[in-house]
Amino acid sequence: MIKTSGLSKTFDGGVEAVRDLGISVEPGEIVGFLGPNGAGKTTTMRMLTTLLRPTSGTATVAGHDLSADAKEVRRRIGYVSQGGGILPTVPLKGELELQGMLYGLSRRESAARAGEVLAGLDLSGLENSLGGTLSGGRRRRFDIAFALLHDPALLFLDEPTTGLDPQSRANLWDHIRALRQEKGTTVFLTTHYLDEADALCDRLLIIDHGRIVAEGAPAELKTGGRTLDDVFLDITGRSLREESALTGKGA
Amino acid sequence: MLRDTWVLFRHGVGVTLRQKVGIIFGAIQPLLFLVLFGPIFTTFGTWETLVPGLIIQLGLMSMGLAGFGIVFEKRSGVLERMRVTPASRLALLLGRVLNNAVTLILQTLLLLAVAFAFGLRAPALGLATGFVLVVVLGLSLAALSYAVALTMNEQLFAPVMSTAVIPLILLSGSFLPMSMAPGWLDALSHLSPFRYVVEALRDLFHGHYLTGTVGAGVAVTVVLAVVSLIIGTRVFNRENA
Repeated sequence: MIKTSGLSKTFDGGVEAVRDLGISVEPGEIVGFLGPNGAGKTTTMRMLTTLLRPTSGTATVAGHDLSADAKEVRRRIGYVSQGGGILPTVPLKGELELQGMLYGLSRRESAARAGEVLAGLDLSGLENSLGGTLSGGRRRRFDIAFALLHDPALLFLDEPTTGLDPQSRANLWDHIRALRQEKGTTVFLTTHYLDEADALCDRLLIIDHGRIVAEGAPAELKTGGRTLDDVFLDITGRSLREESALTGKGA
Repeated sequence: MLRDTWVLFRHGVGVTLRQKVGIIFGAIQPLLFLVLFGPIFTTFGTWETLVPGLIIQLGLMSMGLAGFGIVFEKRSGVLERMRVTPASRLALLLGRVLNNAVTLILQTLLLLAVAFAFGLRAPALGLATGFVLVVVLGLSLAALSYAVALTMNEQLFAPVMSTAVIPLILLSGSFLPMSMAPGWLDALSHLSPFRYVVEALRDLFHGHYLTGTVGAGVAVTVVLAVVSLIIGTRVFNRENA
């Protein structure tokens, strides 16, 4: 579903955000992309979702070449950015319909599809609310609804549960699992939370300073009774928890 | 591309028309000039000379700040949410710009209606031609405004743009014809593309159609439109816009 080779991004000014990234994600997997702030998670995510052009390297995403066939990639992927994409003062219904239509659906199809997706995410009846009036958990599920209107085979979630209370986080995990189970959707997500990586992901990729430093199922990485936190500390020399505390992102 | 443009345009117009106060507020400054300055101007000039200037003032103020909307869309992540869809990048720009044109059309009609009440009497053909010219100019300004909004620091956009339009309006000879200006100011104002459009509108409103001034105004407007749309699309195409 995703295959990259030598994928790199150097920003103007010489910052090498991602270096020589080679990853592979199989259809139906839920893969967690773990790393401290500034490790290159979001940059990778933005490259894989066609929002940022790689400096070098190649990638095939959802069966199409990222640089040659960006439009075909866009048709097949859903992306939820870290901050989401909801206007606080506009009713969500019209925005959802517009989004579906930008994916090529007719107004009627888009409205019907929005209804289905919202029902699946337990959001039915809220489509006439304004974005600004929603709780954090519901808002996040609406963000995901926007990304599911075209029934993508591959869903990218950038820090999906950051800032949510424990109950909303667990609820969102259930929805992500259900999505894979019912639709076979492949999910590629970044996270700060080790418990999230542990509970939700089949496989983890740990990135630091723009490079993959470890890879494997949570159970494989946690050998010898160590927690993922220990693993992370060993590999990067930093604790993800401290990192999170420093940036106020919670852990 | 056309379909995506249409989809975005219709959505945008729906949102715009719900904000009637916003449309009127965007036209408030030229309306104030019309009502509180027009009666003085017309003691020595004509409404047909003043109103074209006020229309350009309206275009610059209303469309020049069009980019402010995209700052919100960018900050709230809405723009990026649309950029991951297969919609054409040009459509993402055009759908918005055409929606801004609807706002400008309504504001210009309002201004013309009030001007008519005060005594503006221009021939229908002159009004219609001038109207088309203003709408095309407005499209260019909106596209440029988006390009600036997506390029410069978000916090600076509103203060910088609302200040930048003032010299552009003054140099276009909006309020008083540049023929009254001292030589250096007159020369300087020839650098402003808007001067040519104002003068073309004045000719049109006086019923003079086939003049060099009208030709120059049309040419400047067309060139500006092409350049602005190219710049706007390039910025929309750029990766981190």
